[in-house]
Amino acid sequence: MLCNICNKNPATVHLTEIIDGQMSELHICEDCARKKSQAMEQQFGLSDLLAGMADFDKTKSEASAIGMSVKCPICGLTYADFKKIGRLGCGECYNTFRKYLGPLLKRIHGSTQHTGKFPAKAAKVSRKRTGIQELRIRLSKAIESEAFEEAAKIRDQIKELENKELKKKE
Amino acid sequence: MEIRNLLNHTSEWLKGSGPNSDIVISSRIRLARNLSNASFPHWASKKQGEETLDKIKEGFSKVDYLKNTTFLELAKMDSLDKQFLVERHLMSLDHAQKTNSKAVVVDDEEIVSIMVNEEDHIRMQVMQSGFNLYEAWNIINKIDEAIAEKLDFAFLSDWGYLTACPTNAGTGMRGSVMLHLPALVMSQAIDRVLAAIAKLSFTTRGLYGEGTQAMGNFFQISNQISLGPSENEIIESINGLIRQIIEQEIQAREVLSSKNSPLLEDRINRSLGILRSARIITSQETTELLSMVRLGSDLGMVKDIDRRRINELFIVTQPAHLQKIEDKKLSSQERDIKRAQIIREKLNI
Repeated sequence: MLCNICNKNPATVHLTEIIDGQMSELHICEDCARKKSQAMEQQFGLSDLLAGMADFDKTKSEASAIGMSVKCPICGLTYADFKKIGRLGCGECYNTFRKYLGPLLKRIHGSTQHTGKFPAKAAKVSRKRTGIQELRIRLSKAIESEAFEEAAKIRDQIKELENKELKKKE
Repeated sequence: MEIRNLLNHTSEWLKGSGPNSDIVISSRIRLARNLSNASFPHWASKKQGEETLDKIKEGFSKVDYLKNTTFLELAKMDSLDKQFLVERHLMSLDHAQKTNSKAVVVDDEEIVSIMVNEEDHIRMQVMQSGFNLYEAWNIINKIDEAIAEKLDFAFLSDWGYLTACPTNAGTGMRGSVMLHLPALVMSQAIDRVLAAIAKLSFTTRGLYGEGTQAMGNFFQISNQISLGPSENEIIESINGLIRQIIEQEIQAREVLSSKNSPLLEDRINRSLGILRSARIITSQETTELLSMVRLGSDLGMVKDIDRRRINELFIVTQPAHLQKIEDKKLSSQERDIKRAQIIREKLNI
């Protein structure tokens, strides 16, 4: 069999591609295979990788198609733009596209809860909440490392803080 | 600060001092930060980019920690100066190639450098010689806090610092350690080590960061995950990994120098011989040979040349450095001749 691309050399590489559920077979020679794989590598940058990951979650409903065209109120980026370029437009994009980005962050980092430092200004606003948040983080870590006694103590502290906040509201 | 003056200065990361400096060249922490309510550099219009640049410049001017720094706008620099700063690891190649509304802030000691309007609005880094991520973190943490008092960062309590690429969100932190691993390469154990690193969600890069080849047995290892673990936990995880790699390199060096001593001594001395006598030499050959001489110096097989002098040679033999020394543009062959001359002068004392 001759190569499907150059029709000159014998085909020694056999490719099966599945695109959108359509299977196609390609029989090509080594030279053409090398050219093809180089072309693929060049096309396949980080943005494709991210976009691919973002696609992973494609909700089957129509709703996702509508969501794709929602514009970020601060910078005007759409989720379709993000999928194309692999970069967000501004900090507010994270709120605008929260429901898509949550699962994406989870896949990239394996977590969606920041436990590191806070900028001084943000800390002032949310310090009270972080008290409980911080404890929740410690709780999940304690459970992970099977330190159950420690976990029970933290759980009690969380309850206590939550009760206090409830009383305040009443 | 005059860029030229840096020629007579040894970058912090090349001092060859600090913990485990026989194997660890340098430790670096980088933080990515963005201003709230402003488009990220790639998405900003020219005007928006300039506004951000001005805002950051003004903010930085009020930060005490940055008073010994110089704010260099890339649009006002020539390409040689930019390449010079890339070679000194003060900014990325990518940053140097695009100039619109971009800047780099460098301190006199070359410990701190901050890229403005790179992929994120602010990318600050602190370098330390040797295996010393915690010290780098202590310095950068103070600078970050001081800047945060003057500028509002894009931040969410659950997702942390918000970055142009979601792969950097959370702490916005990347810790990198530059290692010299000649014995693992020579004993062909390096592929196994690199494969293990990749499995543990760390990345390996070459001497000049993203997209560069490992050259002269230098490997830069950094964390991939930035959201979830705290800054200290990230550093601890990198440290744990690096300690194991150091241990493996030490063992490989012991095996090589005890079992294959004549062979190793031959390679090291041949490398030194070429460097001491060559009349024309490329930058790649220089890096590879210097790597062997550095190993020789670490193992006590090369006695009269210290680590610092070898480290300095790695940098002054880079293309932009050679042209800065000569103070004129040099063709590739002229550079190869000049490079060989400088190496002979420094190694034949």
